[in-house]
Amino acid sequence: MILKYLFAKNEAIPVGSAAIFFGFSAIIWFMIGTGLGSFNAAKLAFPDFVTGTEMFAFGHMRQVHVLAVIFGWISMAFAMAMMYITPILGNTRLWSEKLGLWNCMMWNISLLLGLTLLWMGVTSGREYSDFPWPLDLAVAAFISIPLAVNVWMTIIKRRTQGIYTTNWFFAASTFMLIIVFLVGNLPEYFHLTGLTEAYMTWWFAHNVLGLWITPVAAAIAYYVIPKVTGNPLYSHRIGHLHFWSIVVFYSTPAAHHLMSAPLPEWLKSFASVEGVLILVPAIAFVSNILLTMQGKWNMFVENLEVRFTVVGVLLAIPLNMQGGFQQTRSINWYIHGTGWMVAHAHLALLGFSTFLEAAAVYLGLQTLMKRKLYSLTLGNLHFWLLLIGFSTYWISMTIAGLIQGAGKIYEVPYIDVVIAEHPYMIARWLGGTMVFSSTILWLYNMWMTAREGTVIPAGRMPHELAYER
Amino acid sequence: MNFREYRIGSRAFGVAFGLSMSITLFFPSFDLAASIVSEVGLDKQLTSGWDSGWQIADPLLNGLNKPLKVLVRKDPKTGEPMEPVYAYVYPAGTSLPNGVTHTANLGKGVEELSVKQGRVTEAKKENGAVFLIKKSDQLLTFEDKPLSYMENATATKGWTPDEVLKQAADSDVLHAGSGKTMFVREGCWWCHTLLPEQTQDWQVFGAPPMLGDFNGESPTAFGSDRKGPDLLHVGSRNASREWMMLHFFNPRLVQPHSIMPRFDYLWGEVDADGKKIDFKKWRSEYDEYREGKITTPPDVPMYAKDSEIRNLIDFVVNLK
Repeated sequence: MILKYLFAKNEAIPVGSAAIFFGFSAIIWFMIGTGLGSFNAAKLAFPDFVTGTEMFAFGHMRQVHVLAVIFGWISMAFAMAMMYITPILGNTRLWSEKLGLWNCMMWNISLLLGLTLLWMGVTSGREYSDFPWPLDLAVAAFISIPLAVNVWMTIIKRRTQGIYTTNWFFAASTFMLIIVFLVGNLPEYFHLTGLTEAYMTWWFAHNVLGLWITPVAAAIAYYVIPKVTGNPLYSHRIGHLHFWSIVVFYSTPAAHHLMSAPLPEWLKSFASVEGVLILVPAIAFVSNILLTMQGKWNMFVENLEVRFTVVGVLLAIPLNMQGGFQQTRSINWYIHGTGWMVAHAHLALLGFSTFLEAAAVYLGLQTLMKRKLYSLTLGNLHFWLLLIGFSTYWISMTIAGLIQGAGKIYEVPYIDVVIAEHPYMIARWLGGTMVFSSTILWLYNMWMTAREGTVIPAGRMPHELAYER
Repeated sequence: MNFREYRIGSRAFGVAFGLSMSITLFFPSFDLAASIVSEVGLDKQLTSGWDSGWQIADPLLNGLNKPLKVLVRKDPKTGEPMEPVYAYVYPAGTSLPNGVTHTANLGKGVEELSVKQGRVTEAKKENGAVFLIKKSDQLLTFEDKPLSYMENATATKGWTPDEVLKQAADSDVLHAGSGKTMFVREGCWWCHTLLPEQTQDWQVFGAPPMLGDFNGESPTAFGSDRKGPDLLHVGSRNASREWMMLHFFNPRLVQPHSIMPRFDYLWGEVDADGKKIDFKKWRSEYDEYREGKITTPPDVPMYAKDSEIRNLIDFVVNLK
């Protein structure tokens, strides 16, 4: 269906094709990514589960889970959001649907190739930038640069005077992603070694989260809440504060990921202080969105997209309280390298950001396909399985991390820590499996929406129609 | 971009982002570039060679293009017994380590000694080379330790890779370089850090690494998520190859509560005697042992000399 448009004239391609293609790809990658996560978690709880095969060894699959979720689910959901929100906010069409379709196809192909190689053990050995450099260049050329060009051109060709908050973030983040990706992988192109390489690895990992995932997810909330509730954004100026403090504060604390490595002390101290200042954009964002909800809190109960978005925003509160303080020297020494960090990473990617992206994909697919959601029951089930599964995961890993931290400072033999963590490893596996099951329901629900959802009349928004099932 | 505000905004964005890049990339680069390689750092880079992640010469991470660490007991030229010394043997065609190709990375002092006294720049990839680590009388300014440097023994002593390998017993040859590739490929570093922390870990995992311990090493594979013990000094705690062999084949043989995966597939097809390893039989016997039907677990097959597990064990016991 999509393939026939790859060589069509741009004008002949129906509006929203690229976004729909991206939306379904994202959900499928989410299913793959969480499926791998659930499988990996089972291995940590029951080490003899599927054993003795290189392809199914934990060390071969862990990074595939991480990158499938980041590049497949999160980033594709972002691309989906950009391809339909940017034109709407500019009162125009996407600059090139055709580029969008090619972008999506090449994205799927390069990601599939990259993850297959990674699964075989072909890795650079650097966390989050695990792809060998030829694949890094492919990611830049086929994923981030075409996406950025499409977003920028759509904004430049807009038919409104001003640019709305969401589009500032989209334009800046696509730019920063390209820079972060190309600079962060310099150690691989030029064979930089030693501490330089270790530091650059975390410079990349920090900034890809701080300048790509966090701001784009927030930008989605800036769109979804005013659009669906009908309230104008509470404050444009607080939006400014959020935007500028992201650029200034979130781009600098990379070294706080390596507090126990022999990096220059001034750099660690600087990073630690800047890390606390992450609370500035966080508080600006959370307060702005929650204040926008004034008078429309009934929609938090009644409307699925608003519920997903607000839960994502609420999860940003513990996320940033943890993120701001856990990297200070007084706390970092206790929880560094423990399950606490794993819990925190899942709070960021599976809690905060996934809920926001899920809202964007729900809203976008209904709007573009002009079909009301097939089943609210399935949607609710998706929401609650995701929330309970995530919470189970987060709480159990946080406890496991605190146990590990205590074991570390009281010099408990490591094996006793492993024994003490065992029940929480089982809980984490159960939580992860709930998340995985919820994605299957979601894919089915969206597929049925495309086929059997009630047609939304022209000029109407999906949330104006009642749910039917 | 019709508004003045947008022009100002985009410039302000450029300044802000540029400033952050300067502070986080440009300024630290001076400090990092000034680091002087320590003896540990020299040993690491000479042991692991050019790179242990993906490289063109080893695209599937099979442990190719790697040096050997050899304990030399007899002078390779004369055959006379000598004080045992570790030599790092780069057979012809093996990429030379970063410190040899880019001597500036060795840092002030070490670079001059390695080039002038160690003659490392005379080493050629096509011919191969043998390196030694030498101590000088000069002291490292901040640590009060004698400065160590690399010596190209092929140039200074005439030792060729073939001669050194010919006189060495197999048990004196460590395939630790290829082993590091295994460590990276198998994702050992997803659960085991190579970075004892500065604020604790002293008693259990040993001293944290110092500045200069990493020059020329790639990747450093610090790890970030500890699900097993730190391994930076594991060879000092436990250097038993027999224990390592049992533990890699099935960690539950020596540590019933371990959650480490089995790495029996690294044994390959055959054991040390060239006999085919019957994994299926081993597993069913092990299951019987677990169920209490038999009292002892089946024997772990001795690995072949050229198996991947040999490389990995060499790497792990070499982590002193």
